[in-house]
Amino acid sequence: MNRIVVGAHYGLKDWLAQRITGVVMAVYTVILMFYLFTGGAASAEAWRATMSGGFMRFISFLFIISLCYHAWVGIRDIWMDYVKPTSVRLTLHTLTLLTLVGVAGWATQIIWRL
Amino acid sequence: MSEISKQRPKFLAIHEIRLPLAGFASILHRMSGAGLFLMLPLLVYVLQVSLDPSPEGVAAFKAVTGNPFVKLILFGLSWAFLHHFCMGIRILLIDVHVGVEKDAATKSATAVLAVSLALTLVVAMKFLGVF
Repeated sequence: MNRIVVGAHYGLKDWLAQRITGVVMAVYTVILMFYLFTGGAASAEAWRATMSGGFMRFISFLFIISLCYHAWVGIRDIWMDYVKPTSVRLTLHTLTLLTLVGVAGWATQIIWRL
Repeated sequence: MSEISKQRPKFLAIHEIRLPLAGFASILHRMSGAGLFLMLPLLVYVLQVSLDPSPEGVAAFKAVTGNPFVKLILFGLSWAFLHHFCMGIRILLIDVHVGVEKDAATKSATAVLAVSLALTLVVAMKFLGVF
């Protein structure tokens, strides 16, 4: 099958996902900064209390998932722009994806076992 | 030969390319994103030990954040995050057609560079316990 894999509309979904995940992370950052600058990390206990709240765990999870999706799109774009040999690029894509899935699990486990 | 594979002109002499300010801020957006990705394991590790109440966790947190080299990396990553954050807002604004004109785009790129550096300073001072 002859299929042209570049051109208009290919990647629109990723473009949109990049914006949505970016906004999620930006909002999370503002909320976290508010906590941090109002004593939310004044001590190790305060920091644990901040991060273990139900709402905080909920949005932290959203942040982790957004970050990993966002990083996937961004890093994949970098490989696509600079790495020409298909085999090398495919390997890098795979390693990136595996790293991000692992990081998502690791970070989620840290937040949720609190 | 399809349209896709035809030869296109290329100019990739990196040392000769003179980027406009907005282009400079833009490539820093990519570089900061790449840096944050590469350092993700370090960041998740710091998160892990910062939330670990066991004596081992406390010791590990002290060891990692007390290391001057790691400290430098963390300050660098703070800048990378803040630059990426500010530049992201700029991109979202341009998406909705705010600041598309050359003049406005140059001004917003300058603002991104200045604001992210200023915020990095605030974060570094907070980290070092200045306030």
